[in-house]
Amino acid sequence: MRFAADLPPQWHATVSVGGMMRTVLYALVPALLAHVWFYGAGILLNSGIALLAALATEAACLRLGGKPTAPDLFDGSALVTAVLFAFCLPPLCPWWVTVIGMVFGIGVAKHAYGGLGYNIFNPAMAGYVLVLVSFPEAMALWPAPDIGDLDYLRPDLAATLHYCLLGSLPDGLTIDAVARATTLDSAKEGLGLMRTMDEIRANPGFGDFGGAGWEWISNCIAIGGFVLLLRGVIRWHTPAAVLGGLLTMATLAWLLDPNTHPSPGFHLFSGGAMLGAFFIATDPVSSPTTARGRLIYGAGIGILTYAIRTFGSYADGVAFAVLLMNVTVPLLERWTRPRVYGRAG
Amino acid sequence: MTELLLITVAAATVNNVVLVRLLGLCPVLGHGTPVGAVRDVSLATTGVLTLTAGLSYLVDQWALVPYGLPYLRIISFLGLTLLVVQGTNLALRRRHSQLPLITTNCAVLGVALLTTGASASFAGALALGLGAGLGFSLVLTLFTTLRPRLEQAPVPEPLRGPAISLITVGMLSLAILGFSGFGA
Repeated sequence: MRFAADLPPQWHATVSVGGMMRTVLYALVPALLAHVWFYGAGILLNSGIALLAALATEAACLRLGGKPTAPDLFDGSALVTAVLFAFCLPPLCPWWVTVIGMVFGIGVAKHAYGGLGYNIFNPAMAGYVLVLVSFPEAMALWPAPDIGDLDYLRPDLAATLHYCLLGSLPDGLTIDAVARATTLDSAKEGLGLMRTMDEIRANPGFGDFGGAGWEWISNCIAIGGFVLLLRGVIRWHTPAAVLGGLLTMATLAWLLDPNTHPSPGFHLFSGGAMLGAFFIATDPVSSPTTARGRLIYGAGIGILTYAIRTFGSYADGVAFAVLLMNVTVPLLERWTRPRVYGRAG
Repeated sequence: MTELLLITVAAATVNNVVLVRLLGLCPVLGHGTPVGAVRDVSLATTGVLTLTAGLSYLVDQWALVPYGLPYLRIISFLGLTLLVVQGTNLALRRRHSQLPLITTNCAVLGVALLTTGASASFAGALALGLGAGLGFSLVLTLFTTLRPRLEQAPVPEPLRGPAISLITVGMLSLAILGFSGFGA
């Protein structure tokens, strides 16, 4: 993209789209390694399929729109979308689910709105919400993390590949032997059955805060998020507001009755909270540009996530919350427009 | 009281009149509402919806059901809707030369018809109307502020205008599915 040079003084921005996307990817590496450690190579497989689908969709859309393919195709934005999308998917996931999500995310949420820089909705979250709503069963298939207990079978690479390509596990393995309810699911189901949080937490799938294993992935995501903060790729307002909003709601409810509400730490280290706060909500295109706008936007995501987790029928609400707040961005920017210097009001 | 609050919240979110019931799309998608008028249109529509919902419940319970005339619902609610809308337009004429599009808002009749199936009491009908009005106002506000952005973006030629607006409504309907289970 070319901008006409305006009057000096000018400041040369050393950041490019490609460089920024590379930094985001490097920041995701620790979390990716942790994911492979606990859940096997499924996420790498899903990322690869998502990337192929994303690149193919992007190339097709650019061609259809008569735009030059090369610079936009390889700026890394499709790669980041694909990896973030793969982080939402369960490690055992049929290939066509991944492809449908990415074709929708890149084709509709990004290119129908004019491509990179114009999308109103976060493409990764749009793709994930579509597959979550359309294929709830496929999205629930989380294998047990490798945390040292022996009573669950873990699918190896061959079994993961088999399931991904053919949609079934090899002979000798069944879904029930492999899959386990995530901690968000167990908490929701247990509370629905009038169990107390102490009883629910007796499940070995629970770790110190969130799910055993998953909380370490969340930690690694947060470390990546701090790297992004230090490198200046993201600003502190959005992540702080997302986590603050979620934490405030969770703490208030927990102080009212710790038996029927999961602890604030559980909310923070479960599901997509960390990924949403540091990597999704901070998307520079689909989040507000003003600092106050970002604070309201982030707090909205945190509060909606808590509300959907607590009152809704879906176990996690981060993706829905992000899409719902995406659409408020023009309104927030209108409200929080900075005062023009030298004028009242 | 909790029940009434749940009815209102559900009507504004899970059963959002625009995004889930697909009523009142015209004023949301049409280019008629300027940003400055959004507040007045929202207030007027919410008032009209609440009033119509309550009145239709009364007409239904006092006149139509006792005499076994439920097949007259559409025609009688249509008359009621027109009365309320015209009354509101007359009452508000001093502020605006005319309030655009309330008269063509199918949400008014739609919500009136919904009250007959969904409400167990007069207060419930009012809560449903209020929630529907809040949900409509929310979507109208969001869309009106969103539209300039859609118009400035290099949206592919075949998708310009109503097409991209409808896609956006679809995306928002998808997002609002996150509220499923609310008020249950």
